[in-house]
Amino acid sequence: MNAARADHAKPLPALTGLAGEFYRWCAQGELRFQRCEDCGRHRHVPRELCAHCASSKWVWARSSGRGMVFSWTDVVRPLHPAFAEDAPYAPVIVELDEGVRMLSRVVDCAAGELAIGMAVELVLTQVSDQVWLPYFRRSKD
Amino acid sequence: MLRDKACIVGIGETPFCRKPGSGLSEMGIQLQAALAAIEDAGLKPAQIDGILPFPNVGKSEAFAAELGCSNLRFAATVHMGGAAPVASLRAAAMAVASGVADYVLVPGGWNGYSGARVRETAANDLNSIPGGAIARDFYLPFGLTAPPQWYALMARRHMHEFGTTEEQLGAVAIAMRRHAQLNPAALMYGKPLTMEQYLASPMISSPYRLFDCSLETDGGAAFVVTSAERARDLRQDPVFIMGAAASQPYPADEICGRPDFHRIGLSTAAPEAFRMAGVKPEDVDFAQIYDCFTFEVIQQLEEAGFCARGEGGAFVENGGIELGGRLPVNTHGGLLSQAHVLGISHVVEAVRQLRGQADARQVTNAEIGVVTGWGDFGDGSIAILRR
Repeated sequence: MNAARADHAKPLPALTGLAGEFYRWCAQGELRFQRCEDCGRHRHVPRELCAHCASSKWVWARSSGRGMVFSWTDVVRPLHPAFAEDAPYAPVIVELDEGVRMLSRVVDCAAGELAIGMAVELVLTQVSDQVWLPYFRRSKD
Repeated sequence: MLRDKACIVGIGETPFCRKPGSGLSEMGIQLQAALAAIEDAGLKPAQIDGILPFPNVGKSEAFAAELGCSNLRFAATVHMGGAAPVASLRAAAMAVASGVADYVLVPGGWNGYSGARVRETAANDLNSIPGGAIARDFYLPFGLTAPPQWYALMARRHMHEFGTTEEQLGAVAIAMRRHAQLNPAALMYGKPLTMEQYLASPMISSPYRLFDCSLETDGGAAFVVTSAERARDLRQDPVFIMGAAASQPYPADEICGRPDFHRIGLSTAAPEAFRMAGVKPEDVDFAQIYDCFTFEVIQQLEEAGFCARGEGGAFVENGGIELGGRLPVNTHGGLLSQAHVLGISHVVEAVRQLRGQADARQVTNAEIGVVTGWGDFGDGSIAILRR
């Protein structure tokens, strides 16, 4: 890969620490969130402690992968060169059935059709040798 | 209690420009503004014994060396992005009120147009992007890379819950532009804006169009703070800090999962500052609200208590935030139509208004003014000032 292409490579998550664990589950085909073993609450983004009860005990609990669009923006003018060819594209906040919200993208839907409250479902998408990103698509049901 | 124990006694600004650029280094442009603020106060640079630089644009050691401040007793940087200048104003007030320092300089500035453009560089520097590793691991891979995109998510949700309209965002842009027509130093002086032009401007990151976005600018600004006792002996009428506070949303380092999605730093900072000042929002004659994008003005007006949450859209319509309206906002034209100098110009303009030095845009009988800062993922700062 030459330098110019390297400059335009899409940013990828660092596969270290708790984020690394999150993305290793994605690479295995599963979206999982931390669930506190004491109070039972799910959380995202990954944290060392439960913000509700300060417990440091948790498990990676598998998500239903179902949720709805909480907010969105249609990026018409990309502000990072790696996303120039994607535009227009729509970062969304998805609220999962487990109660957590996450930043993602809806892949099968033009921005003009996006709406808050739209039901979506997980579609894990490989973007590099090691990284699968948890994207969403309109729910089939 | 900090009330009335500290004053702003000096203000300074450089000219603002875009093409072809300032021709100065980022330190040079800040020093020019700093010298103007020190001169305005009637001080000599060597008397400055406290310096609070803006994050990532200069170190206190370098400022002290350049200005000949051989007895720097207090130096700090508040890492709240655009909320830093007003949070630094509070820190300066604390320093002079407690005797830690006598004359504190808050400088800032950048080559925001001709140098590295913030919209493109934020994503490449983990030290400057809010959220740090969280943004790297959970935002950037999905294409959420820049401030208008972060804040557009907040604006869109507000529009959904409260019925805030595109035309109400436009009303903010138009109000700032009208004020800039009264300010020859403003980049948009001589360039009025209509609602038709606003709605026809290209979409950047919906709902934000081009004219919802502030002006990347080359420029510098600075102010000087001292104690109320020392202020009496200086050149200008002092502007008193009645109340000041700074706070963060929760969690501050991640936008999407906030239990209260609309709570920002100002939501808790503003009540604290008004309590300290002993006044209410309805006592305020004008407000300089950090306007990186149009919706942030609406949200801050709500969270600062000038109207209820969800009523900000109606508040800004029909000239409500223009000179002659219920609360004139950003009488200099703001970041949207004067210049984006990191929010320090909001403090400078508030001081001008309270000194009666605002020329064609002077608010009649201005006695009490508010200035806010907004930074990172919604950090907030506020100061309530009086003449």
